[in-house]
This record gives sequence, structure tokens and C-alpha cells, in this order.
Amino acid sequence: MNILISTCSQGLIYAILALGLFITFRILNFADMTAEGSLTLGGSVCAVLIIGGMNPILSILAAGLAGSLAGMVTGFFHTKLKIQAILSGILTMIALYSINIRIMGKANLSLLSKKTIFKLVGDTQISNFLVGLGICAVLLLIMDLFFKTRLGVSIRATGDNEQMMRAQGVNTDSKKILALMISNFMCAVSGALIAQSQGYSDVNMGTGTIVIALASVVIGEALIRKSSFIYQLIAVVVGSICYRFIIFLVLNLGMSPSDLKLFTAVVAAILLSLPTIKKIVTRSVKNAKN
Amino acid sequence: MLRIENLCKTFHKNQLDEKHIFQNLNLTIDKGDFVTIIGGNGAGKSTLMNMIAGSIFPDSGKIFIDDKNVTSMPEYKRAKLIGRVFQDPLKGTAPNLTIEENLSIAMLKNSSKNLALAINKQNSEFFKTKLAELNLGLENRLKAKVGLLSGGQRQAVTLLMATLIKPKILLLDEHTAALDPKSRDKILSLTKKITDDEDITTLMITHNLEDAFSFGNRTIMLKHGKISLDLKGESRQTIDPSVLFDDELTL
Repeated sequence: MNILISTCSQGLIYAILALGLFITFRILNFADMTAEGSLTLGGSVCAVLIIGGMNPILSILAAGLAGSLAGMVTGFFHTKLKIQAILSGILTMIALYSINIRIMGKANLSLLSKKTIFKLVGDTQISNFLVGLGICAVLLLIMDLFFKTRLGVSIRATGDNEQMMRAQGVNTDSKKILALMISNFMCAVSGALIAQSQGYSDVNMGTGTIVIALASVVIGEALIRKSSFIYQLIAVVVGSICYRFIIFLVLNLGMSPSDLKLFTAVVAAILLSLPTIKKIVTRSVKNAKN
Repeated sequence: MLRIENLCKTFHKNQLDEKHIFQNLNLTIDKGDFVTIIGGNGAGKSTLMNMIAGSIFPDSGKIFIDDKNVTSMPEYKRAKLIGRVFQDPLKGTAPNLTIEENLSIAMLKNSSKNLALAINKQNSEFFKTKLAELNLGLENRLKAKVGLLSGGQRQAVTLLMATLIKPKILLLDEHTAALDPKSRDKILSLTKKITDDEDITTLMITHNLEDAFSFGNRTIMLKHGKISLDLKGESRQTIDPSVLFDDELTL
């Protein structure tokens, strides 16, 4: 039971990262590699502020703001300097590696004896779960509402058909930058919560997290096939929790932890290629019939 | 309404395949005019439209819309003055957004994209009446994703979006060329209805000579970046299209 709840809690915390990536990958159609850097940035900023005595909730917000700055830099690279989307993100991500070490002063910081948001509410399995659930629920509602506003709809339309948006008099550059800022805000918030949950912040904590988040998004999409926006968001959260259970399962079946990244990549690749595989299968079935 | 002065544009400048599209093009279009533009491939029809819209910028020369110099105004700002329908029906709408969300974007062309809800009862009703005028039954499918519509239906929605807020100029770049004959007729009659009702100054590129002379009140033929023919009013009815063929084999 305990393991069940703690796996769920972990899934919820990583779901915030997955929701952030959902904004860039699915809504904006932008492969944003910044996420790995901004997740670690969130952890570093949050750790330093908590050690400095700041309220853990405020330090999560501050971490989020730092993340949105990282998103802004990527957006600037891409829209103003016309660097390819994927490269813009990689540039920021690499730069953040050094910046994160500068912020922390070393490669990792411990938060073990410090106040965290989880300790504020009692530090039990259930309360930790509720913290994750509460934050996820609030973010889901805000996102659902935001993407129905004029601003939100124009961000979605920019990802969907940029040329049309320019023909409709919309400054698509600013919409992209804003979406990247929101996305990386969430990645950093996720990083701050991960640091507080595991009790330390580490400069390598972001490595591979994009694939984890992407796997969550596609697992969720495979499980919940509804087109309404709120269901798409819920699917991401469900996908993130499922991913944690899958990982828990394969570890218990004896998989070496160092093989997890390979495993995650393979799962993500299979799920991402499902539409293509389906097409090939239906086509060959058709051909066989003929 | 639209004034083009000494417009020059060269592609691949200083390279072997250098191509002078326009050399000192001058053109004035009056308010309320519906001008059809014809010309062979590579004559510069689409380039002209792209320069009016600001998708590409001229090397020299000036473009005025309503006596306002827009030559260096970025595309997204100029778009507030211009309505545009592309040849490809997929280009004018966002497929993963609903019909009403697409229309709301057109509706807010000149308003700030703030945190007010994009769809409310009032504009939803307005979209319904506007869609009903298209006569395609789309007024009952406000919440359907545009990606589910046919090419003709999408082009009709695009046309509606381009004119929902009355533009100073409507640019139609072979907007029926990719449609089946039935949809083509439908979109053309809609085009006529909307531009007549709202008295919109319009430029329409077409490859169909019959359309070119039956639509609007003025026809321009472009050849090697120059206006080789400029017919207004009555004279358009009497022209023998075969003359044009002799003149321009690639038409």
C-alpha cells in the first residue's frame, strides 16, 4: 500500500514536467530540449533558496520563474535569432548545466534537514500524495481555463498553423516565447518538487527526463483517447503515474536501474510509432486480402 | 486604396540564376475595385501578392494601403489591413481547433489577445449567423474540429475568416484552384456575394480566363513582371481570349 501511494506521488510530481512538455511538444509543436535544463534549474534555485531560509512554497514559485526565464532564452534564440527549434533548446540546456553549478556552488545540495513543502503538511505518505495531487489538480484547471482564453487559443493556433496566424495579424514570435515560458515554468516547478521530495538537488537530475515526460504523454494518449482538452491533460497525468508503475514493475522483475533509460526510450519509441505501425499493418492486411 | 510605386524585386541576386521579377512596377487600385490578375507561371502574380501582404519585402519601391506607407511593415501587423485566402485549403485554418475557435481568431484580428474567454455566447451566435450564410450546414458544427471538414468547406471557412472583420484589401491567390468543380463554383459564388455585400476591394489571381473576365470590374495581365494588359469595365466583355493565348503561350 505504501509503495502504491509513493509511486503515485512520484508520478504526480513528474506529471507537472510532462504537462509542461505537453505544451511544447503537442500544443506548440516545438521539440523543446530546454526542459532538462530547466528542471534542474528549478531544483537548484529551490534548494539554494530553502537553504537560505525561504519558505518552501515561495521557493517553488521562484524556481518556476527561473524556469520561465530559461524558456524565454530558448524562445529568443529560436524566434529572433532564427536558430532551429531543437538546437535553441539544446543551447539553453547546455548553458544551464554551468549555470546550475554556479547557482548551487557545487554539483549537488542536500535538503535533508531543511523545511520542505512535504514536511510543512506532515510528511506522511498520504500527505505527500495529497500535495502532488493538489498541485496537479490546480495546474490542470488553470491550464484548461488558460487555453480557452483569447491568448490561449492564439497559442494553440500558432502551434497548429503558424502561417495562418500571421495572416490573421498575430505576432507568432511572442506567442511561441510565451508558450515556452509557461512550459519551462512547469518543468522548473516539477524540478523544485523533485528536489524537495528526494531531499537533494543534483546537477544531473534532469538528464533523460524529456524522454520520461514524452513517454508519459504517449502512454496517456494511448490510454485515454478523448479529444477534449481537459481529458488530454488528464491523460498526461495518468500517463505519468502509469509510467512510474511500469518502472516499479520492471525494477522488481530484476531490471538493472542503469537499463531504465534504454527501457524508457524503447517504450516511448514504440508508442510514438504506433500510428505508423498501424498504417503499415492495415495496408498489408488489405493487400493480403486482395 | 492600394498604390504601388516603382516596385523592384530580384530573386537570387548576384547569382547565376538571378531572376528579375519586377522592375519598376506601378499599379493603383481604387476603393471597391475587384481586380482579377492573370499571367503565366513565373510572371510574378504570387510574388506581387506576397509583397502586398508583407510575406516578402521588395528590394525597392513603395506600397501604400489607404495612403499609408506599409512597405516595411511586418506581415503580422499588415495583416490587420488585409484578408487573405491561399490556394491550399489547409493553409488558412488551424485543423486541431474547432470551427468557432478558428473564427474567434479572425474575430479578434484587431483586438488584444488577452485573458478573456475566446468563445462566449455573443460571438458564438454571431458565428452561427455568419456560417449559415455560407449555406453549408456548418452553423450546426461549431464545435467540430476544422481538420474534419472537406477542402471546399475549409476554404469557405477561410474566406469567412478573411472577411469577418472587413479588410481594406482582400487577396485571393488562386483560392479555388485546388478544389473540385462543385466546391469551386460554390466558393466563387460565395466570393462574389461577400465582396459585393461588404464592398471589399479585392485582388484575385486566377488561371481561368472565363473567371478572370466575368468577375470584378478590372483585369490585369502580368508578363515578365510588367503589366502587359489592363482592361476596365466594358472592354473586358469584348476581348477575345484567344488573343491572349497568342500573346502568352505559357498562360
